[in-house]
Amino acid sequence: MERKTKIDAEVGRQDLVITREFDLPLELLFKAYVEPEIVEQWMGTKVLKLDSCQHGGYQFETSDPQGNVVFRANGTIHEFIPDRKIIRTFEMENTPFPVQLEFLEFVSLSDDTSLLTMQIVYRSVADRDQMLQLPFAQGLNMAHDRLQSLFGR
Amino acid sequence: MNLRRDVFQAIADPTRRAILLLVATQSMTAGAIAANFDTARPTVSKHLQILTECKLLRQEQSGREIRYQINAKKMKEVAEFIAPFRKMWDDRFNKLEAVMKKYKSKK
Repeated sequence: MERKTKIDAEVGRQDLVITREFDLPLELLFKAYVEPEIVEQWMGTKVLKLDSCQHGGYQFETSDPQGNVVFRANGTIHEFIPDRKIIRTFEMENTPFPVQLEFLEFVSLSDDTSLLTMQIVYRSVADRDQMLQLPFAQGLNMAHDRLQSLFGR
Repeated sequence: MNLRRDVFQAIADPTRRAILLLVATQSMTAGAIAANFDTARPTVSKHLQILTECKLLRQEQSGREIRYQINAKKMKEVAEFIAPFRKMWDDRFNKLEAVMKKYKSKK
């Protein structure tokens, strides 16, 4: 299946670049990053806090059906230019992953289309490579759990 | 999982990446490869050994010569390794687009 999101992760580097074109005018794309109720819908996480301004802080949290917190992330906004740029830190709490620095740039391509370029800088090459593995490992875990449930554990 | 990390470590070196580019379209002997670098011959041999060990390079016996060639299948594996990461972001962005298109039509 063709995927619209491009990931540029050159070997031996500690950053990666995510690029994605949207069938959305620039203002709507940017709004999706700025309004807590909207962020919740597409990130699939609860937004405890989101101060969309320079030096603002944010915190996301996801819980399982039993109410246990399974994921929490927080960060601060370093630079915020509406419809142009967000620079922020991002850290997953209670994990061995150090804080990351994220550069998000928003560009209008036409009246109805826009482009997001997101550069994420990790603390080291190893940290970036481990982060790339994470969904792979999670996929393995999910498949494993599903197998276990199939066999009535 | 460990094997994949070794491959990443193998191609983390710029000289080794350059070697892979050299033999991407043609097989070459160790001597011909080394001629392209200012590095000492034993160092280049060490690089070739690392690349061969993690299967990014294949060896072909051609008479008395050994020729090195890129293992395209292995390179493809390396590229596909980030597929789940890309899927995760792609799914998120698809959701973002869907949410905002609904938002737009509601206004």
